[in-house]
Amino acid sequence: MIVDLVDETGDHDNGAFERAVRTAAEDGTTKPTTGEPTSNSQKSDLKQLANKENSDNPDLLSMYHRMVLCRTLDERIWMLNRQGKAAIMASSQGHEAGQIGSVEALKKGYDQFYIYYRDLAVLLELGLTPAEIIKGFVAKEGEPLSGARQFPTHGAHPEYGIINLSNVVATQIPQGVGAALSAKMKGEDRVVIVYFGDGASSAGDCHEAMNFAAIHKLPVIFFCENNKYAISVPLKNQMAVDSVASRAESYGMPGIEVDGCDIIAVYEATSEAARRARSGHGPSLIEARVERYLPHTSDDDDSIYRSADEIKEAKKRDPLKMLKDLLNSSGLLNEEAEELINKEALQAVNEATDEAENAPYPKTDNFFRHVVGDGSE
Amino acid sequence: MTIKTVLEAVHDAMQEEMRRDETVFIMGEDIGARGGVFLATEGFLQEFGEDRVIDTPLAESSIAGIALGAAMHGMRPIAEIEFGDFIWPTINQIVGEAARVRYGTDGKLNAPMVLRAPHGGGVRGALYHSQSVEAFFAHTPGLKVITPSTPYDAKGLLKSAIRDDDPVIFLEHKRTYRLVRGEVPDEEYTLPIGKADLKREGSDVTIITYGLMLHHCLEAAEAVEMDDIDVEVLDLRTVRPLDTDAILETTKKTGKVLIVHEDNKTLGVGAEVSAIISENAFEYLDGPVARLAGPEVPAMPFSPPLEDMYMINSAKIENSIRQLAEY
Repeated sequence: MIVDLVDETGDHDNGAFERAVRTAAEDGTTKPTTGEPTSNSQKSDLKQLANKENSDNPDLLSMYHRMVLCRTLDERIWMLNRQGKAAIMASSQGHEAGQIGSVEALKKGYDQFYIYYRDLAVLLELGLTPAEIIKGFVAKEGEPLSGARQFPTHGAHPEYGIINLSNVVATQIPQGVGAALSAKMKGEDRVVIVYFGDGASSAGDCHEAMNFAAIHKLPVIFFCENNKYAISVPLKNQMAVDSVASRAESYGMPGIEVDGCDIIAVYEATSEAARRARSGHGPSLIEARVERYLPHTSDDDDSIYRSADEIKEAKKRDPLKMLKDLLNSSGLLNEEAEELINKEALQAVNEATDEAENAPYPKTDNFFRHVVGDGSE
Repeated sequence: MTIKTVLEAVHDAMQEEMRRDETVFIMGEDIGARGGVFLATEGFLQEFGEDRVIDTPLAESSIAGIALGAAMHGMRPIAEIEFGDFIWPTINQIVGEAARVRYGTDGKLNAPMVLRAPHGGGVRGALYHSQSVEAFFAHTPGLKVITPSTPYDAKGLLKSAIRDDDPVIFLEHKRTYRLVRGEVPDEEYTLPIGKADLKREGSDVTIITYGLMLHHCLEAAEAVEMDDIDVEVLDLRTVRPLDTDAILETTKKTGKVLIVHEDNKTLGVGAEVSAIISENAFEYLDGPVARLAGPEVPAMPFSPPLEDMYMINSAKIENSIRQLAEY
């Protein structure tokens, strides 16, 4: 069935996207006003970045399109959960710019992406379809990462370079370093990016892995999506320092703190880290300061530990709105195009929802398959 | 054939596999210039270089986690944990992660890695250099756990472990390293994982064992021979997967089974072997399945009389054989 985009429970504000569109229309910022970016990130030359004739530059309009798709999909899955149809969901709303900007800086289908449970946009960017993703949330046949054995978004897709084995935070960090060690030993110029939250940065595996990667100058990017909460625990109870990136120096690698809501800043920081990794200069730690607009997961209630005002304030930095304002102000997006983008995203997500809901559950014939190899590989 | 120690067999197996396959490499503590605390990797740094013989920081969780990552990307790492007692930080990466790679990705990834560790007591190693660790790993589907007892088995099984496409825990009893010698073929060979080996044929009582205890069991079997007790000794060699066929075959032959292991008794390998026998060969039994195993203290104490009290020896085994034979 097709569901409406309105959150029936009213528990959480899922209308950021629609509001952003409305705001832009009201502002009348559909005509070019200035060539300068309005982003509050580090200065970047938008005109140069938007120049499609230079194939190295990201297509900002396309990135916006993808960001809208991710937000629409995220909202839909959250709603399916509220309707009792979808499994537990760790929303990526507020993280999209960090995820899309970083993937854009890397080689899809070649570099390796060790992700964690809040990386919906990374999955979309690397090639998973909305239908394949929703199939994970409704645990249906055709889920491509684990055959619906795992929680949604977990498993692996080797062709896309996606690895998301575990729910246990930080375990992916040494594994990603091992993947980078493999690339170095084989003489490949492959880069491994390891995504993790601020919560995982406290785990011993994080320390051990960063230390090893720095010693051996491995081609890895440690990408911390710092949304300032480890489930319910705020940063001040997680660390005595102001930033995760500041730890990098003590390992002997660069640490870069970027506005994770500014897709251009993230793209630039990740591009630099990738150049560094690919040319044999070793790892980098990027701390993308992002926002988490929804509770830790659909099973959490953040009203117990987080004020509504704080979330309202965070939404002023909505990455979608920031990129949209940028595109509007530089004449790359108008109201008509925006409506089309929204419509396309909604249609894609509606179709994906139908496909996933109508898919059968996995058969149980293969329950015991792949415990260990049977020699047939 | 050449006479080798278990340690030499382990060394040779790794060396041959590293020569044969460039994707095989080893990482661990003190394995480079030092050649390993037991010298299992002596000369490796000189022969293979520091890219394939990686001295790691003292950080076992990442030794396992990094090896796992490399294994998922086309390499065949051997991760050495310096002592079995230091293996606990790897549990998350091995039991929680490596064991689930194949199942949790529906077969899209697998982890051909070996986690090697010297374990076991009788070496005055006290609480933190003596523990038997096999039961913790043997409980986990997705892992294979090998506990060799002889140079021949150690070499053939370690080579198979390195070539295996799943995570293998390879536990070398450190007391056997230099104590146990045996013939090892000069030519290439491997041994199948999951196959027990009948080390002594007999008709009255079966002993099922593995690791160092095999040698004490063989001594005890010799000792009771003069009293006309004919003992069969089955060496499990692999404790996951267990060789159910071999366990049942010898049970049906003698009707009396004594299980011997150094690890403590409760929920140990012997409990599983005993249950397999009860479930599948109950009507063949002429006596209760007996277990002689380590005592229920957290780990092996240091002072010689205390350690001796912990360790199982041939006299204790002999006593258990006689009791079962008389039943």
